[in-house]
Amino acid sequence: MSAFWSDLVSKFGIMVLGLAVFAAVVGLILFLADRAPKRGRDYWQLAAFVGPSIVLLAVGLVYPAIRTTVLAFFSRQTANGSDFVGLDNFVWMFTQPEIVIVLVNTLIWVALVPTLSTIFGLAYAVFIDKSHGEKVLKSLVFMPMAISFVGAGIIWRFMYEYREVGFSEQIGLLNQILVWVGQDPQPFLVNSPWNTIFLINVMVWIQTGFAMVLLSAAIKGVPVEIIEAARLDGANAWQSFWNVTVPGIRGTLVVVITTISIATLKVFDIVRAMTGGNFDTSVVANEMYTQAFNRGETGYGSALAVVLFFMVLPIVVYNVRVMRKQKEIR
Amino acid sequence: MSTDVTAAADAPEQPTTRAIATAAGGGKARRVKDRLTSPWATFAAILIATLWTIPTFGLLVSSFRTPEEIRSNGWWNIFVSPSFTLENYLDVLTVQGASSANLGSYFVNSLVIAIPAALFPIIIATMAAYAFAWIKFRGSGAIFVLIFALQIVPLQMALIPLLQIFSEVLGISGTFPAVWIAHTIFGLPLCIFLLHNFISEIPGEVIEAARVDGANHTQIFFRIVIPLSLPALASIGIFQFLWVWNDLLVALVFSGGTADVAPLTQRLAELVGNFGRNQERLPAAAFISLIVPLIVFFSLQRYFVRGLLAGSTKG
Repeated sequence: MSAFWSDLVSKFGIMVLGLAVFAAVVGLILFLADRAPKRGRDYWQLAAFVGPSIVLLAVGLVYPAIRTTVLAFFSRQTANGSDFVGLDNFVWMFTQPEIVIVLVNTLIWVALVPTLSTIFGLAYAVFIDKSHGEKVLKSLVFMPMAISFVGAGIIWRFMYEYREVGFSEQIGLLNQILVWVGQDPQPFLVNSPWNTIFLINVMVWIQTGFAMVLLSAAIKGVPVEIIEAARLDGANAWQSFWNVTVPGIRGTLVVVITTISIATLKVFDIVRAMTGGNFDTSVVANEMYTQAFNRGETGYGSALAVVLFFMVLPIVVYNVRVMRKQKEIR
Repeated sequence: MSTDVTAAADAPEQPTTRAIATAAGGGKARRVKDRLTSPWATFAAILIATLWTIPTFGLLVSSFRTPEEIRSNGWWNIFVSPSFTLENYLDVLTVQGASSANLGSYFVNSLVIAIPAALFPIIIATMAAYAFAWIKFRGSGAIFVLIFALQIVPLQMALIPLLQIFSEVLGISGTFPAVWIAHTIFGLPLCIFLLHNFISEIPGEVIEAARVDGANHTQIFFRIVIPLSLPALASIGIFQFLWVWNDLLVALVFSGGTADVAPLTQRLAELVGNFGRNQERLPAAAFISLIVPLIVFFSLQRYFVRGLLAGSTKG
């Protein structure tokens, strides 16, 4: 126990030291800017304010992104350096059956997660819009958004847990339900391709709350008068929802779908925590890590990172375009 | 893109416009109709909320059952044979040794990582955001757009070279500073963008008045910009803190993975990797890592929702 306390003191010591060094550096920069010589003081002050950000981003993000792109065209790094291999890493990706599965899985994820999360989130937002205890109901569905993907992975590992028949009682709720209705329990996370669907379910569980909160706010922004006018014209609940509410929240729908799509493309932790990418469940973000850091295949890993970038790019461009258009309308 | 999101997030906190409109002149027919549709909608809402909560609730119940019970049957049996123990929590937190979960140390690591990794980017970003908003210089707009565009670069694009810089140039791979710096860099583009939105909204007269009084940029920054931006700093800071707390990828690459530096998420991922052997530990272990986000979520929900919605495009 005393080992724990000395460990704790030394770690918090490091933290306090780190904070102090940081404060000293930032303080010194701003102090020098404050006392800069009169000539060109504006430039010194400008440099002091934007300098730290620009240096960090240039060294930590811009240069690495360029270097990763370059590495994607080289073989793995060894003691003797690496060789230029042209497009070999990309050819490898599309010819290796297990990597093709990875790419297909990623497409399945990005097709299903945004769609399902948005449908559930929208339906839920509509339901609670008319019910009591809206705040509590909102919190319950939104809560998964606060916890880590690893935590969510563990929660669902227990839901999916499988015990062979006759070996012991089921401890996973889903298999117990199967047993209760007279079915055989299933190893949910092992049987491909359905195991990918069960992983996707976890992401939908998390993202539905996000979709719900945004869409709920948007629904409240649709003018009541228009809905009422539609009702007076004889539209039923479904018609007024489909023809009045949905067009009214179109902008938010786009934001929700694109945001969830981007988050889905980058999903890593859920796959790591639940299957480790085994049983044909890997996705690009996970495979990139496996190749680059578990196997030392920097070329393959970089190529996968580049592919990820090009999957995210069109979604972001589309999103920005819609945003621009909306701003013009306003 | 995040501006609209923030605006939407703020909406539910105002008294709902619908309630006011209905009360003002909404008409009786509508209220009757609402009352008619309400029971079914409420029923469906409660059903979904229950389905959504059961997985977490089940794990919470499991964490208080004895190891033998966790292994032998499901958590729902607690309704038949109630039991309660803190054994699992004591086991994962306090027992030392090579094969123990040793979460006490990892909990400390998570704090030591997340506090500076939330403060650093916020402070550096506030400085940059101030410069982009209130210091006129050539190329300001172009650089700002470039920083905004950096948000679309996935973390994965930076990992390999950044690790090489840390291990070969700086020699800090596997230390706390490496993880702090990595999180600071990855957090900057979004923090700068969001804080710029906020700081550029400060009325120009306030800044002008200070300048006329002879204040320079450093003084304006400390006396006007920081105090006026505190709510925004809190929202974005909370979000950044939770993002770091919940992160696994950056930790895996830069922390080195030992009990000296690695955070809770990384230890949990290791434990769950050997699910069969750690079954009785995992529920308690998971809740130890969830407790901080859940406290933040339920006590600071306003700030949390704002920060989360504004920052949801990160990564």
